[in-house]
Amino acid sequence: MNHKSFGWRASLFWFGIVVVLAIIPLLLVQDSEFEGADATAVEAIQELAPDYEPWFTPLMEPPGGETESLLFALQAALGAGLIGYFFGFKVGQRRVRHTEHSTPMAAHQSVSEQA
Amino acid sequence: MTRTNRWLIVAAGALALILLEARSAYAMHIMEGFLPPGWALLWFAVALPFWVIGFRRIKRLVIEKPETRMLLGLVGAFAFVLSALKIPSVTGSSSHPTGTGLGAILFGPAVMSIVGTIVLLFQALLLAHGGLTTLGANAVAMAIVGPLVAWGIWSGLKGRVPTYLAVFFAAALANFATYVVTSLQLALAYPDPTGGFAAAFIKFGTIFAVTQIPLAISEGILTVLIFNALQTNAQTEIAALDVLKGA
Repeated sequence: MNHKSFGWRASLFWFGIVVVLAIIPLLLVQDSEFEGADATAVEAIQELAPDYEPWFTPLMEPPGGETESLLFALQAALGAGLIGYFFGFKVGQRRVRHTEHSTPMAAHQSVSEQA
Repeated sequence: MTRTNRWLIVAAGALALILLEARSAYAMHIMEGFLPPGWALLWFAVALPFWVIGFRRIKRLVIEKPETRMLLGLVGAFAFVLSALKIPSVTGSSSHPTGTGLGAILFGPAVMSIVGTIVLLFQALLLAHGGLTTLGANAVAMAIVGPLVAWGIWSGLKGRVPTYLAVFFAAALANFATYVVTSLQLALAYPDPTGGFAAAFIKFGTIFAVTQIPLAISEGILTVLIFNALQTNAQTEIAALDVLKGA
C-alpha cells in the first residue's frame, strides 16, 4: 500500500487546518475564558459529591498564572528544541551520506563549494 | 433518501450538538487529591505491570537497537510539546493533545507507558497539573490505554489504507480514548446520587467528548505531519523498528 511521504506544500496546508481548528472556537464562543477542562471537572465533582474534600494537595504549586505559563512555555520550548535538533541532525546526516554516495566529481564539487 | 441528504442531516445534527451543548468540558487530567484513596491505589495497581513491562522493553531497546535512542528522545519531546499546548475548543474550555500516538506507532504501547508517565510526572511536580496521588489513574488513561488504542488501530489499518490515514486515526483515536478513560475513572469514583455510574459517565463523557473531537483531529494531523517528516529523515530508525512492515 502507498506509503510515500508528501511535500512541504501539503504539510503547510494541513498545519493551517490545525491553526484554523484552534481559532474557530475563539470566534464561535464569545463569553468564555477557555479555562482548563480539569478545573471544570472539579466543579462537576463538587456537584456530584458536595462534601468531598481533596485529601492531598500539590507539593509545589506555581504562585500564579504568570509563573504557570512560564513553566508551560519552558516545557514546550524544551520539547520543540529537541525536535528541531533531531531533524537538523538527521538532515545533516542525510546530506553527508548523499555526498559520499554521489560521484567523486560531485563530491569534489561540494567540497569546493564550501571552500 | 440520497447519500448527500443523509450526510446533510448528520452534519446539521453535529452542528446543533456543538452549538446547543456548548458547555464546559469535564476532563483533562484528574487533579491532585480528587480521587478517593481507594481508587487512586487501584489505578496505581493497574498501571504497575505496564510500567514494569515498559521499563524492561526500553532497557532491551537501548541495548539491542542503540541507533533508535535519539528517536525515543524525539517521541518524548513530541509528547512534551503537545501536552503543553492547551488549545481552545468549541465548548468554551481548553484541553490539550497527548502526543502519545506517535510513540505507540513507532515503539509500541509498552514503551509509551514509561514515556507518557514521565510527562505526567513532570506536570504533576512542577505545574500542579494532574497530581501524584492521581498519577496512576492519569497514566492508565494517557500513557497506557491511549497508546494501546493507537497501536491497535495502527496494526489493524496499516497496509489496508494509505499510511497517513492509519497514522491519523491511530493518533486521533488514542487522544479521544484517553479522555473517555478519564471520564470513566471520574464516573466510577463519583457515581450520580440517583442515576449511578451510568448517569455520571454520561455526564462526564458526553460533554467532554465534544470538546475533545477538534483536539483529536488536530493531534491526528500533527502526528501525520511529524511521521511524514520522519519517513523522509529517519529511514534508518524506522527500518530498524520494523514500523512499516506490512504497510
